[in-house]
Amino acid sequence: MKTILKLTRYGAMNAVRSRWILGYTAFFFLTTEGLMRFGSDSGRTVVSLLNIVLLLIPLVSIVIGTMTVYMNRDFTELLLSQPIERGSLFAGQYLGLALPLVAAFVLGVGVPLLARAGEDGANIGVIVMLLATGKVLTLIFTALAMVVATRFDDRAFGLGAALLLWLMAAVVYDGLMLAMIWLLRDYPLEMPVLAMSIFNPIDLARTLVMLKFDVAALMGYTGAVFEKFFGTALGMSLAASALVFWLCLPFWAGKIVFEKKDF
Amino acid sequence: MIELRNITKRFGAHTVLNGLNLRFDAGSITAVLGPNGSGKTTLMKTILGLVRPDKGEVLFAGENVVGTSEYRKGVGYMPQIARFQDNLTARELVQMIRDVRENPSATREDELCERFHLTEHLDKPLHTLSGGTRQKVNAVLAFMFQPPILMLDEPTAGLDPISASSFKDVILSERNEGRTIVLTSHIMSEVQELADTIVFLLEGRVVFHGAATELLGRTGEKTLERAIARLLQESSSQRENTMRDNVIQETAQ
Amino acid sequence: MHFSRHTAPTLLLLALAYATAFAKTHEISPSAKGGVIARAIASASTGDTLRLRAGVYKEHDIVVGKPLHILAARGDELRVIIDAELRGSSMVFVRANGVTMRGLALRNVPISYMNDNAAIRVEGAQNGVFENLRIDNALFGIYLATSANCRIAGNVLRATKGNESSSGNGIHLWKCDNITVEGNDVQGHRDGIYLEFNRRALVRRNTSQGNMRYGLHFMFSDSCAYESNTFRQNGSGVAVMYSRFVRMTGNKFEQNWGAAAYGVLFKDITDSYMAENRFFKNTTGLYAEGVNRTIIERNEFVNNGWAMKIFGSATDNIVRFNNIIGNSFDVATNSFDNENQFIHNYWSRYEGYDLDRNGIGDVPFHPVRLFSVLVEQQQSSLVLMHSLLVTMLDVAERVIPSLTPETLVDAAPMMKRIDIVPEKLFITKQNHQP
Repeated sequence: MKTILKLTRYGAMNAVRSRWILGYTAFFFLTTEGLMRFGSDSGRTVVSLLNIVLLLIPLVSIVIGTMTVYMNRDFTELLLSQPIERGSLFAGQYLGLALPLVAAFVLGVGVPLLARAGEDGANIGVIVMLLATGKVLTLIFTALAMVVATRFDDRAFGLGAALLLWLMAAVVYDGLMLAMIWLLRDYPLEMPVLAMSIFNPIDLARTLVMLKFDVAALMGYTGAVFEKFFGTALGMSLAASALVFWLCLPFWAGKIVFEKKDF
Repeated sequence: MIELRNITKRFGAHTVLNGLNLRFDAGSITAVLGPNGSGKTTLMKTILGLVRPDKGEVLFAGENVVGTSEYRKGVGYMPQIARFQDNLTARELVQMIRDVRENPSATREDELCERFHLTEHLDKPLHTLSGGTRQKVNAVLAFMFQPPILMLDEPTAGLDPISASSFKDVILSERNEGRTIVLTSHIMSEVQELADTIVFLLEGRVVFHGAATELLGRTGEKTLERAIARLLQESSSQRENTMRDNVIQETAQ
Repeated sequence: MHFSRHTAPTLLLLALAYATAFAKTHEISPSAKGGVIARAIASASTGDTLRLRAGVYKEHDIVVGKPLHILAARGDELRVIIDAELRGSSMVFVRANGVTMRGLALRNVPISYMNDNAAIRVEGAQNGVFENLRIDNALFGIYLATSANCRIAGNVLRATKGNESSSGNGIHLWKCDNITVEGNDVQGHRDGIYLEFNRRALVRRNTSQGNMRYGLHFMFSDSCAYESNTFRQNGSGVAVMYSRFVRMTGNKFEQNWGAAAYGVLFKDITDSYMAENRFFKNTTGLYAEGVNRTIIERNEFVNNGWAMKIFGSATDNIVRFNNIIGNSFDVATNSFDNENQFIHNYWSRYEGYDLDRNGIGDVPFHPVRLFSVLVEQQQSSLVLMHSLLVTMLDVAERVIPSLTPETLVDAAPMMKRIDIVPEKLFITKQNHQP
């Protein structure tokens, strides 16, 4: 555990000094500031931010994650030759990669949002939910990046796989969902749609924020079902479990691959 | 002392190490030689635990260490490619390795830095350093804990002649202090200068294992370079013979 | 000399005072015996004034069968409390023309599932004036049936919330003609203001909010107008149905947010006019079903779920010069054919350009998103709102329209937000004022 924290610390130190993470933070900060400053009201800002968060965080996390793992490959070998358990090394590298990304997001988005939260009477619940889901999505997609980059030695192939994964989660899955909704449009679909949206972390994150954002009323009966479901302790804990599952599964898979791998 | 017993490693259909049995003694420098793809790097990585053998044991002080990590406290490794987390400074990197090895008492760092003229570069981010300088950082990392075993992969590659020769002095003095040193190199003069023992690998098998002088004697050549070339020639004609024999046998049947 | 110079006018004044004194003024105080008001009414003559002193009068089923003025004594306004103690049926029955009630506080009219118990129930009366009353916890507040030329103004009505079936309407007009409802404040009733079978009613400057069903419920009432009212946070918003020649101007429809809520529901409305209203944060701003020959202009639709839903046979309507800003969906429809005219509106979603700089976009705007068509088919697809896929579909649809009605188009959208008599509209960011 101590070793993990040490590795995390140096990994984070390295990441924090890199140009891309500064750029990533600056991008979030400027976008949020821009939206707050020029947007008509904070509600619209949060919706625009939601789009950015749901789109960009998974993409940036998985791409930067994959590339960083490849770039650090030689250094990983150096560390592997040190008296460190492979599991600890994996965990340390994961955290050293993911935590700076989380911090970049929280600083870039959270600071300008929370700084104005009081004055505009904005919905704190939405902001908190947006920040929470943004963090979890970063953690999930960084873990996926670790799996991909550990599993595939060919960089081009690995990067392609990472992009494909993102595309699946961000677009293709929704496409399948929409196709299902369209084909079965004459049937009550609240529960199947609910189930499907829990199973994709991006959809789940969006649903959780949207419900906080009183969009539920737009959804009529569907919204009522969703609100009722996520309003209960069971629903909330199911949603949380789904996110934790999505966090643990790639981490666990990545760790297994990493532990068995020949470098 | 390290001992390999019946080490076999396959990558897919390709057998990289084929039942290797080797011993590396304390107080000696062993050079592992062989053409590209002969298994040198895999051998080193197997000892370091970067590659898991399919079969066989790696004995370290008499104990099989395959799949463990503690024994690496006694191993210093100098990889061929010196790439690090580039935004750290050399000093931070040294501190990091010291932290994870939980060995804060390593004291040779200053001496080594001075010896390699690294002191002035210690506080620069690693990505600003030249390849040679980084290689020196690599050397410091491998040597600073005074481990009983040193694994050096092409240690002088990228070093200027002055640094290289001063580095070779360090290696020799380490040997004299009783450490087990395993190295690979493409520079035969360097091998001749440093190595007490030579392991020659070909297609995952040990073709020659013995003193450098023995190799010269056996091949009747004056330099190691020629001796190695001879060895390669012999083994390739041997292989042709074997193949021819097989063909004859098959046609005879 | 001085005295005689003033004598003539003084005499004149005295004569006048004497003449009006034929209509007497009775001062009334609460009494432990009860029935004080009923007895005072019985003993008063036509045109008399009853002035009630401050205090609690525990009475109900008071019948006003002759023209009387029932007022609070001077300085005792709203301190005259008539308490029905949840007994009897209606508190006051008005069955005569020319009755005035002013400055009284009426409370506790019992719930009945059989009778429409009201604080003031007016039947077949003309020229009534009901002003500055405060009505608390009544089933119905002021209930007018088959009456005409009355004025209901400046009243405050508060009902403690029961449920929809156990509560009544605040101001209820049934089969009336020429009633003015002005400056009232209604909260917590079933419908805040209810009109059925009325002619020439004028409803203005009222605030109707937090009512269980509709802020304004308006049916079979031709040639009526409602203007400058505020309808806020009512269960379902405002419903205007089965009427012609309705004029709706300067109202605010705000925060009617819920699964089946809208700013205004139009059903079978013909030849009407809606202008300078503001729809803010409603699930659906304007929900129109069977609307014909109606002009909708210079309204603002801001931050609604849907700015407009236009369903059924809506033809020959004109939607122009409206500001449609920041709504999740601008227009939804269930029909491929569109026989309405959308023109010169400002759409915040519009991304066209204006090369000739005449303030009108050179590219037409299609306000129906592909996604809203999908949503009309199956509501569950709303889960995908704000997803990348849906954004992509909308962009694709904009480039190659296939599923959205092609004729529902604003051929000449405005480039800038239209200036609509600002003082009538809401100032959104009040906290930004110095």
